[in-house]
Amino acid sequence: MPKEFFNKKDIDRALTRMAHEITEKNKGTERLCLVGIQRGGVHLAKRLASKIKVIEKKEIPVGSLDIAFYRDDLSIRKEQAIVRKTDVPFEVTDLKIVLVDDVLFTGRSIRAAMDALMDLGRPAAIQLAVLIDRGHRELPIKADYVGKNIPTSLSENVEVQLEEEGLKDRVILEKMDIEE
Amino acid sequence: MRILIKKGHVVDPSQGIDEIGDILIKDGKIKEVRIQDKEQKAKSKSPLTQPFSSMEEGKGGGEDTELRTIEAEGMFVIPGLIDMHVHLREPGYEYKETIKTGTAAAIKGGFTTVCCMPNTYPINDNASVTEFIIRKAALEGLCTVLPIGAITKGQKGKELVEMGTMKDQGCVAFSDDGLPVMNSLIMRRALEYSKAFGVPIISHCEDLTLSEDGVMSEGLLSITLGLRGIPAEAEQIMLFRDILLLKLTRGRLHIAHVSTEGSVELIRDAKKRGVNVTAETCPHYFSLTEDSVKGYDTNAKVNPPLRTKKDIEAIKEGLKDGTIDVIATDHAPHNRDEKLREFDFAPPGISGLETALSLSMKLVDEGVLTMSQLVEKMSLTPARILGLNGTLKPGADADITILDTKKEVRVESKKFASKGKNTPFDGWMLKGFPFITISKGRINEWQ
Amino acid sequence: MLNEKDLLGIKELSVEEINLILDTAAAFKDVLGRDIKKVPTLRGKTTVNVFFEPSTRTRTSFELAAKRLSTDVINFSVPTSSVVKGESLIDTALTVQALGADFIIIRHSSAGVPHLLAKKLRASVINAGDGTNEHPTQALLDAFTIKGKKEKVEGLNIAIVGDIAHSRVAKSNIYSLTKLGAKVRLIGPPTLIPRETEDMGVVVFHKMEDGLKNVDVVMMLRIQMERQGKGFFPSTEEYSKNWGLTLDRLSLAKDDVIVMHPGPMNRGIEISSEIADGPRSVILEQVTNGLAVRMAVMYLLAGVKK
Repeated sequence: MPKEFFNKKDIDRALTRMAHEITEKNKGTERLCLVGIQRGGVHLAKRLASKIKVIEKKEIPVGSLDIAFYRDDLSIRKEQAIVRKTDVPFEVTDLKIVLVDDVLFTGRSIRAAMDALMDLGRPAAIQLAVLIDRGHRELPIKADYVGKNIPTSLSENVEVQLEEEGLKDRVILEKMDIEE
Repeated sequence: MRILIKKGHVVDPSQGIDEIGDILIKDGKIKEVRIQDKEQKAKSKSPLTQPFSSMEEGKGGGEDTELRTIEAEGMFVIPGLIDMHVHLREPGYEYKETIKTGTAAAIKGGFTTVCCMPNTYPINDNASVTEFIIRKAALEGLCTVLPIGAITKGQKGKELVEMGTMKDQGCVAFSDDGLPVMNSLIMRRALEYSKAFGVPIISHCEDLTLSEDGVMSEGLLSITLGLRGIPAEAEQIMLFRDILLLKLTRGRLHIAHVSTEGSVELIRDAKKRGVNVTAETCPHYFSLTEDSVKGYDTNAKVNPPLRTKKDIEAIKEGLKDGTIDVIATDHAPHNRDEKLREFDFAPPGISGLETALSLSMKLVDEGVLTMSQLVEKMSLTPARILGLNGTLKPGADADITILDTKKEVRVESKKFASKGKNTPFDGWMLKGFPFITISKGRINEWQ
Repeated sequence: MLNEKDLLGIKELSVEEINLILDTAAAFKDVLGRDIKKVPTLRGKTTVNVFFEPSTRTRTSFELAAKRLSTDVINFSVPTSSVVKGESLIDTALTVQALGADFIIIRHSSAGVPHLLAKKLRASVINAGDGTNEHPTQALLDAFTIKGKKEKVEGLNIAIVGDIAHSRVAKSNIYSLTKLGAKVRLIGPPTLIPRETEDMGVVVFHKMEDGLKNVDVVMMLRIQMERQGKGFFPSTEEYSKNWGLTLDRLSLAKDDVIVMHPGPMNRGIEISSEIADGPRSVILEQVTNGLAVRMAVMYLLAGVKK
């Protein structure tokens, strides 16, 4: 029975706070852009961009990044990662890029995303915004902006569901059967 | 040495026998055949309830009285099979097969006589090669080996061989098998000249200009697989020509490995007109279609190629109505590495001696042939064509095959006695394998 | 996910697999548009090109695709002849495997060779052309090109012109385009279009003027001079006059028709220079797309559990 950790209001408040933190830390929106990691981070990046627009009255560029070609688990995964769209319609060189993802777990996706970004250009800085940090890092990766920290065990799974995908806005925690 | 085969179902078309009976063999010859009469059938007793009068135990004045009794109840006892079309590969291609291994395979398949084709190395186009084969067979062969000489020197299709001399040395027929005689004039001469020696010409019918480089039957499948096809007409055109030349010369013609519907029709028509032609087919032509080539399985690469369902039906019909007289194997063993390569370059051929009888038994199961007719196609008729025996008449050589038609066995090519393991029938479950094959009185048996 | 570890032909692919390859190719085409045209996804893997038939274009395309995926590439050029005594096909294949090949890209003049190797080897075997059987990556890149220009393949009238009988490109395209729902026509002399192709779901024409009416795509095939001597057609002049693609003939097609050719072209014989260099031609795009499609094929094959 999945447990609901965050509901629609919770998600919205968290994103609002994060939008404020992003603009505070970066002292505005100059040379700032958001890049959502496929698939979980793409819609969140767009929402953050809207909120930043409300706060700063400025539009910042938003892109989406697919990391399938940069993953390190090609031979381990049961099923090959589906390739999705990479749409970064702006030069990344010299920009401050905030990577956006839904759940931060081992940190490997973020490592792959950074490598993918580096192949697109030379960003001035890369920061990380995640809605949920569930712990269990396997790499030295830390999020700069976190919606909520949820301690989990390895036998659990955290899933962020969004309206843009036809579901209700919520974050659920589910116990998984241990795979053989 | 005496052998008594008891209670087998004896099928000998040469004597019109098709019932339970006993056979007594002495010193390599058939001594007596006794069949169950009506009364005994009713009592279900073995006919030889009395011992043979001359063979009472303990008596026999100085003769060797050793007796081996073979219980053949529930099995067929037939004259040893005669294969008119076998490639023994020796001399020259011993890595594919030798007379020793080839005859071992023949025996296992129930054949007591095989006729070997001349496309050896050197080609059997002269008496000394014939003599070599005869001598080697006498030394190492497990059954009777009768050579078939080439029609033309080097099988080049240009000059006739010394048929008379070669016949004296032991050749029973002449064929350029593997190749046709493309030149009509030479084929005509061959059919005329052979008349002097009373031997048949066996024709491999293939118009090489049409079959050029082809590796399978031509049709939608060959296009789909991207393999060059051989149209059925390549066989039929040559066949028609040979029949016309036969009419012209009044010689003796036997058609090798008939594979197409059109060929069966041509032969049927010729026979209706009284032409003296005989024809053979091989088990793969009534058991497999070109579909076996899918996946580029070189074990299904054979010349003539495997054809379509319609051709199979026509061949079965031809066997049934007597258009096709003989079932031969065209046993063509090849070395494993030769077949384990590009489909285009793998040599064509199926190692068929050890599966022929059981595949042919299916025709009896399907009602295409009676058991007696099958024995005719595989023993009596080849005998007639070549002037041999093919019979269980007393006085004949003890060439007898005893077969078990009940036990189903899996075909395992790696256990073949032949060096050639190239067969598309590997893994098939078949019935009708020989239990014992007796060749000139010598018993061959397997567990 | 693809179902088999090898790409042997379009015959063996389902429509879903074809579409997966095309969708993945789109992502790789993006990559090829960037400054850094390389991705690390197959780093550490080894690709061996085993070409028994000479080919510069296809081999370099595969080589580049393999490098762009970060694999290590080895080229094995083997002189082909059934007569020359050399290493057997199987021995060559086992040697290549012993080198640690993860991908073996093979071109051979005999149909069925990739299938034989796929059975014997652990590596993923990619058919780069086997005799007159198939050339699957060519058909995939052709479908990708058509999709790029026309948004979908389904329902289009597509004419393939030339030596169908001996063209593995034509065969693979017939299979893929019919699977994707296009209406395929074959145009050429009767000696070069086997009768049985009518059972493949295509319509056969022997006159260009009839076959080109209203087509959306014209795919020209290279005419091979060797066929001339064997009675397939009497002369290249006669061939060109009857089946060469000229502006006049092209005008019978739809206004937005695209012209394709797998290359290399015989300018002036099967295709006029004005068309080859003209606005309707997508021939060069085919080459670029070939790279993206081959990267997609390799990427997806790597994901098949062996």
